[in-house]
Amino acid sequence: MKKLFALLLTLAMVLSLAACGGNSGGSDGGSGSGASGSKVIKIGIYEPSSGNNGAGGKKEVLGIEYANTQVNTVTIGGEEYSIELVPVDNQSENDKGVSAAQQLVSSGVAVVLGSYGSGVSMAAAPVFEEAKIAAIGCSCTNPGVTLGNPYYFRVCYLDPFQGSVLANLAKDEFSAKTAYVFTELGDDYSVGLGEYFTQECGRLGIQVVADQNPQGNTDMSGFVNAAKSAGADVIFAPCSTTVASLLIDQAASAGIPLIAGDTWDDAVILQAASKAGTDVYFSTFYDEGASDAAAAFMDGFKSWLNANSDKLSNNGGSDTVSAVSALGYDAYMVAVEAIKAADSADSDAIAQALSGVTYTGVTGDVVFDDEGDVDKNIIFIKGVDTEKGEFYSVKEQGLAQ
Amino acid sequence: METKRNKTILWGLVLIAAFSALSLGAEGIAEATGQTLLMTVLKKGTVYALLAVSMNLLNGFTGLFSLGQAGFMLIGAYTYAILTIPVAKRAGVYQYYDGGIVQFSIPETFSGVFGDLVGGVIGMVITLVICGLLAAFFGWLIGLPVLRLKSDYLAIATLGFAEIIRTFIQYESFAPLTNGSNTLRQYPTFKHLYPYVIIVGLCILGIVLLVNSTYGRAFKAIRDDEIAAEAMGINLAKHKMLSFIISSFFAGVGGGLLAMYMSSVQAKGFTVAMTYEILLMVVIGGIGSISGSIIASYLFIGCSEWWLRFLDDPGNNPGGLKLLAPGFRMVVFSIFIMIVVLFFRKGIMGEREFPDILRQRAKKTKKEAAGK
Amino acid sequence: MVQILSTLLPGISVGGQYALIALGYTMVYGILRLINFAHGDIFTVAGFVMFYAVTAMPVQLAIPLTIAVTVLLGFTVERLAYKPLRSAPRMSVMISAIGVSYLLQNLMWYITGGQPQQYPVIPWISDSISVFGTETKRVTIITPILTIVLILALVTLIKKTRIGMAMRAASRDFETARLMGIKINSVISMTFVIGSFLAAVGSFLFFSNYSTVSPTVGTMPGLKAFVAAVFGGIGSIPGAVVGGFIIGICENIIRGLGYSTFSDAFTFALLIVVLFVKPTGLFGEKLEEKV
Repeated sequence: MKKLFALLLTLAMVLSLAACGGNSGGSDGGSGSGASGSKVIKIGIYEPSSGNNGAGGKKEVLGIEYANTQVNTVTIGGEEYSIELVPVDNQSENDKGVSAAQQLVSSGVAVVLGSYGSGVSMAAAPVFEEAKIAAIGCSCTNPGVTLGNPYYFRVCYLDPFQGSVLANLAKDEFSAKTAYVFTELGDDYSVGLGEYFTQECGRLGIQVVADQNPQGNTDMSGFVNAAKSAGADVIFAPCSTTVASLLIDQAASAGIPLIAGDTWDDAVILQAASKAGTDVYFSTFYDEGASDAAAAFMDGFKSWLNANSDKLSNNGGSDTVSAVSALGYDAYMVAVEAIKAADSADSDAIAQALSGVTYTGVTGDVVFDDEGDVDKNIIFIKGVDTEKGEFYSVKEQGLAQ
Repeated sequence: METKRNKTILWGLVLIAAFSALSLGAEGIAEATGQTLLMTVLKKGTVYALLAVSMNLLNGFTGLFSLGQAGFMLIGAYTYAILTIPVAKRAGVYQYYDGGIVQFSIPETFSGVFGDLVGGVIGMVITLVICGLLAAFFGWLIGLPVLRLKSDYLAIATLGFAEIIRTFIQYESFAPLTNGSNTLRQYPTFKHLYPYVIIVGLCILGIVLLVNSTYGRAFKAIRDDEIAAEAMGINLAKHKMLSFIISSFFAGVGGGLLAMYMSSVQAKGFTVAMTYEILLMVVIGGIGSISGSIIASYLFIGCSEWWLRFLDDPGNNPGGLKLLAPGFRMVVFSIFIMIVVLFFRKGIMGEREFPDILRQRAKKTKKEAAGK
Repeated sequence: MVQILSTLLPGISVGGQYALIALGYTMVYGILRLINFAHGDIFTVAGFVMFYAVTAMPVQLAIPLTIAVTVLLGFTVERLAYKPLRSAPRMSVMISAIGVSYLLQNLMWYITGGQPQQYPVIPWISDSISVFGTETKRVTIITPILTIVLILALVTLIKKTRIGMAMRAASRDFETARLMGIKINSVISMTFVIGSFLAAVGSFLFFSNYSTVSPTVGTMPGLKAFVAAVFGGIGSIPGAVVGGFIIGICENIIRGLGYSTFSDAFTFALLIVVLFVKPTGLFGEKLEEKV
């Protein structure tokens, strides 16, 4: 009897759920007509809003949402389409990312933006490729993201370039003889950037001591001690902001300056470094002083954030503009340009049109090469002014000599 | 005896054929309606069905409470990826290690002999078998010491070994082989559902035959009472090891299929949590029921990937409530699992199989007919 | 000297925290023969409760509240998820523990939105101090002292009080203890209450040191604490403590040598070695296998 009841219960649950699933599935089928009666084209947002990269992912989404408030329609074949954003959360995990990407494909998006974090982008790349949907990476810097995938593009520079610039920074700024390279185990971005940094160090004659932080470990003292006993002049730590704030704390007590990659352009780092009083330098994509467009973006974005408390809290509670927001903005604009150029709502047509798009964004010019990468050869180096509690521009650095 | 086994084989093959045909149909429907999530659920569910059944063989039929499944799946998944990435793409995947030390791809080798399509498929299937064999080999190695332990010590020791396997795969010094902790990708996969159904179906058929053989009865005897089984002349060590190795083999094959389904694989994801999920599938289906495990896998994947998704959408909140938000789906789901674990301990099927239920029903109707 | 100290200190500190969690495992296992897989998650919940409590009240109030909530959670989990299965096979109870762990993790994920949170700074114990030239937080020094004090208190409780005697009886022979009129359910509840209390204290110390709380952060410390309990001899209180310290120190030595990748694997390797060489652990009593 009990068993029969169990069976019935399960069956009832499954059926009711199937009904619900069917409904929700039906409502978002394809890029057809929206509720208002006008035509709708969907842009998917494949970003983390939870997990280690959740904070960064949310900021990238904010840039995209802000761009959406600026341009929310596009004309295809003489007809006006309104642009609808479809966000999914890849949870900063490769295996969760695959399901999230499939969900986007299933909801009929025409083009995808994202993700923050190279690993999740690489994991989802085959899904988008198979569905013939173009994806535009905002801040995924690992070369593997676009390599060999005609449907993945990106609007930021690549890690080999970033790694060599940072190694040169270590030499010029700190006259480093020994560098401690700290990467996160199982994070493609972190391990990759660490590797390119190490390669360049080899060329510059900087000795490298390296170690990897296992997933889930929050004890950083061992690494800092190892760096100290190796006599490291600088710690290079391309890692997520979550791990970074732990590391900054510990590195401060050892008195070793830190260098990091683009993920550190974040208010979390500002707080942690100001509190600890550590020397922190990092590379980034965006500087508001670089062009008029960049300055205009900063002003517009800040006032948009301040007008909306939800958005402000997604930005970590402050109106500090992160570079990833600027990249999100640029990626969205590039997607819109591609839709215009394709003059079609078909995802494959948009993907074909993307390679021909040129666009001047707030983070620089976007022109795709054969791999779908942009040729950006300027990196902004910023530091933390621990007394004022704000970022300052150290320099712009081009390709290493 | 002989005839019963033949009957099982016959029915199994008929079912596999029927489900393959059905999967073709489902694929057509999914394509026509744009419901690609249906395919996701069916593919992932099929792979997990094999994983759950392989775990059930150990936990349900032999009574060995092992939590090492994720480790064997990891071995299978990595073996598949490492052996099948096309040579031309290796430089891109092993980007920091000069293309790695493995400079061949089994499907490509076979393609050279039998042509692209046939050779590719043969190569992939052979690689899957290698995945299973390698996992079985490690199963044997780990089984040697571990199987002497009893229930919860066995659980924690196998769990530990799974973690150790993961660590070694991520170790920098093995990186030219395993790509370190970085993602492996761009290997060939099955695009359609039916190859998954056929492979998983054949594997499960194999397990069904095993369970119904003398070995299977010995396994069950060990599960029910180890001491009595030993007194009956069953070689405990040998049978436990056999069950452990066979379960590892199919976990390895399942791992290879999972790698195929995910189209990129990284050791980081193969944690204890993955083993727990498979264990929960086995429990929901009924410990000791193969058909239960299969049904539960599809239900589990369906719920977690598809049907409950609406619970995660804050847009669906009824009037002012802020209950629905990302993550709510998993909360509801885990409460449901707890209800099954606590109140319906036998799961959906108990220890029965699907044919048992049909037979019972047939008997009942017969009786009723006779009564009239 | 400074070099050795800077490796040892964090090891001793984290070892003390493992020891506090390990006590929860070892006491429950001693009585119920159950690996309480949810114990690591209860520890994490304590971290989150503290995080949210501090936003609403001063730290002095938040600490007792966190302890109260954690203890209540431990008690409730036992009553809802383990008590109904008292007569069921051991495997069912273990599965129930895994289910609870799964539920707690998903629940925390839902409430926090899955983002790691910064643990609040508890004044005084989070201050930086200098020990023989090594900069560290005060919590590093406090942990081993507090751990020892708590354990002495626990040992007194078990040796001198009636409920302690009942616990010892229940862990020696569950059925006989019941027949002798010991209220077995209240003894078990008490075990969970004490275990959760120690986990809450452990969480203050642990998260003050490694200031991030995320839904799955407790899994690894939980498993390691369990290994510590097995290492010291399951059911043995001094064993759990010694095991905790040894694992904490070894782990930090391995990190110091630059093999961080292996720090988790080492713990499990140690476990497996112990299980073969001396399955009863360092201080465990030999259990007779009943036929």
